[in-house]
Amino acid sequence: MITFSSTHLIYLIEAARWTLLLSVLAFIGGGIVGLALALGRVSQIRWLRWVSSAYIQIIQGTPLLVVLFLAYFGLSILGLDIPPIVAAGLSLTLYTSAFLGEIWRGCILSVPKTQWEASNCIGLNRLQQYRYVILPQAARIAIPPTVGFMVQIIKNTSITSIIGFVELARAGQIVNNSTFEPFITFVFVAMIYFAMCYPLSLASRHFERKLNVGK
Amino acid sequence: MSVNEATGTRPRNEAVPGAEPIIVVDNVSKSFGPLQVLHGVSLTIERGTMVAIVGRSGSGKSTLLRCMNALEEINGGTIEVCGNKVSMGDRPSVKRLRTDVGMVFQSYNLFPHLTVLRNITLALTVVQKKSRAEAEAIAQKVLAMVGLADKAEAYPEQLSGGQAQRVAIARSLALSPKVLLFDEVTSALDPELTGEVLKVMEDLAREGMTMVLVTHEMAFARRLADVVVFMHQGKVWEAGPPAEIFADPKTPELRQFLSSGL
Ligand SMILES: Nc1ncnc2c1ncn2[C@@H]1O[C@H](COP(=O)(O)OP(=O)(O)O)[C@@H](O)[C@H]1O
Ligand SMILES: [Mg+2]
Repeated sequence: MITFSSTHLIYLIEAARWTLLLSVLAFIGGGIVGLALALGRVSQIRWLRWVSSAYIQIIQGTPLLVVLFLAYFGLSILGLDIPPIVAAGLSLTLYTSAFLGEIWRGCILSVPKTQWEASNCIGLNRLQQYRYVILPQAARIAIPPTVGFMVQIIKNTSITSIIGFVELARAGQIVNNSTFEPFITFVFVAMIYFAMCYPLSLASRHFERKLNVGK
Repeated sequence: MSVNEATGTRPRNEAVPGAEPIIVVDNVSKSFGPLQVLHGVSLTIERGTMVAIVGRSGSGKSTLLRCMNALEEINGGTIEVCGNKVSMGDRPSVKRLRTDVGMVFQSYNLFPHLTVLRNITLALTVVQKKSRAEAEAIAQKVLAMVGLADKAEAYPEQLSGGQAQRVAIARSLALSPKVLLFDEVTSALDPELTGEVLKVMEDLAREGMTMVLVTHEMAFARRLADVVVFMHQGKVWEAGPPAEIFADPKTPELRQFLSSGL
């Protein structure tokens, strides 16, 4: 029997790099598309509202696992042979953007209507209203739920093991299969997850404090 | 009681001989769904005058003011401000309106995430494309006018209601409007803070600013308004110089309103 050693720990940490990479892809892709969706949902243009809403409904109603299967196996059946990292990045972007879009829409709507009116009355156009008045206030409200969701995403990246990624959770399983030391193995796995999630919470608190000066 | 009584009054500015209408509201109606709020309102406001709109809550005063500033779309009639027809859908017209008209709200509506200074310079730099230095010089000037030169770096939440409202007035003033609209700007204030806001408004009136205010401050209206307009059930019920309106109400509705102590 092999005992848990530093080699295993290094293996876990290396696997955690996949978790990190996938999470970053999800945040960046999901953040950009999510902002577009949030703005689309509150747009004055009817078809934009409709498209954003349909997108969000469909993605939110589909398990991430199914999105991932569709992206990976579905597209390959259609003759598109996409690498796992692209399939995973795409799926996580779709999934994250739908949820962030909905969270951020709520934040935009929670900025009082009178802020729109006041900024309108001093001559700002709609884009300027978003840029200088509405989004900065929405952002302040958005930080806690956004960080909460990011932490979920970090953990949810483990689902990509299904298409072959040896990310942190999967690596833990592999180590456990060879060491038969589930307790110590998964304590380390948990600690590494914590090490990735905790800085987010710290950053969140920092930004909230920073943004609260004018509150 | 007819509309044109409003135009018949002397402008406060003796420098302006004769009538020079700056806002012309003609037979305006406005409904919210099935509820008709304005029923054929007509009103002319002369340059350099202060017009006080009074009336019971729900009589359509705010709605009228908001229609003048293209915050609500009217369903009938016309409104002209500085020679331009007001229409929410007409972007160039709204843009012109924004340079001509400033508005101050009951709830101040300052931007809570920006300093007092930035609240004032925002439109100067973003809309009027002035340099930061130029914008800040203007901001300092208008802050001094409302007596708040020392509050430039404060955030709105650090101000009293009276100070916040004065900043809101300064924010409008910075854009050099031709007309200022005030919607019950002292109604949210503690009684001891209304004076400092009214004082600023009095200064503006004396400098010849055209002002339209919806107000419950009867003593203020009586003393400073050139025209008092009594609105009732979505109509201009009576309009005229304060002396006439207050001393000699023509209709039982106005008499009752005045005696109700509002
Ligand atoms: N956005 C709106 N939607 C529906 N009804 C409204 C709206 N704004 C005002 N009203 C109604 O219009 C009437 C006049 O309101 P308002 O102009 O605010 O009166 P005032 O300012 O004289 O108190 C009221 O009955 C009010 O409930
Ligand atoms: Mg009102």
